[in-house]
Amino acid sequence: MTPGIDVVGLYVRDQDEALAFYVDKLGFRVHTDVRNGPYRWLTVQHPDQPTFQLGLALPGPPVHDPATAQALAALVAKGAMPPLVLRVADCRAEHARLQAAGVEFTQEPVARFGTVDAGFRDPSGNGWKMIEARG
Amino acid sequence: MTADLPAQDPELLRRLLRAKDRMDAASHEAWPVVRLAEVSGVSEAHFARSFKQAFGVPPHRYLLTRRIERAVALLRETELPVTEIAFQTGWESLGTFGRTFRDITGDSPGAVRTRERAAARAPGAVPACILSAAHRPDLTMAVSEKRRRESADINEPTRKEIP
Repeated sequence: MTPGIDVVGLYVRDQDEALAFYVDKLGFRVHTDVRNGPYRWLTVQHPDQPTFQLGLALPGPPVHDPATAQALAALVAKGAMPPLVLRVADCRAEHARLQAAGVEFTQEPVARFGTVDAGFRDPSGNGWKMIEARG
Repeated sequence: MTADLPAQDPELLRRLLRAKDRMDAASHEAWPVVRLAEVSGVSEAHFARSFKQAFGVPPHRYLLTRRIERAVALLRETELPVTEIAFQTGWESLGTFGRTFRDITGDSPGAVRTRERAAARAPGAVPACILSAAHRPDLTMAVSEKRRRESADINEPTRKEIP
């Protein structure tokens, strides 16, 4: 066992939609998908990064009151949540693959700062930077 | 969020975000409301009102701000003449560029270029005596922390250089 960060969550507007996006389009795998009544704990994982899970959480009960859930849903939809970064081996190749899969790109690949980066959003509005690993 | 306006539908906000993203990606292009409204799939009147409620500024103002941000980056990072930067960031008239630039940044392109470049060298700009003082073992806190506390005491940010 190596101590460290296990799960970091992000808010999504619909867990089925998010699951389809992160698994079918980005190529992640489902790590955990369990329910307790209306609550669903859902995490996905990058296939090459088995020690980290990305939680896909829905704002709402039992964690949030309706007004808070509404505020969070609005923030996500406005793209106001913190940025996410995906490290890839070949940014242009991944861009071509993901664009063909229907991923909404906000920025085409640009070569700068000694690497190549592009930007996309998940269906909920969470913004990702996709950066080519240096060296 | 404005208290007297009803909360906006997240589904609408997601579509407004798409228009904002498109302006971010190509701020040098012309973005009349009709084009933005089409991206978001709403009527023109509805778009302008909804965008302002969602993002706090009217769409045109947002576009101008993004253009000026790009211009500031180009001033800082390139040797391009101001005229060329104005052209590259989407302005048809140098006069409009200069006025909007001053309006948003409070200064002229030339002055901002000088300031931004000085700021980019910030660590080196700290006088050597301050640096060595900060590294003296008997200091109980960093100089920056001391300055922060001092400026907090007088309740306004200080931009004065320590001699």
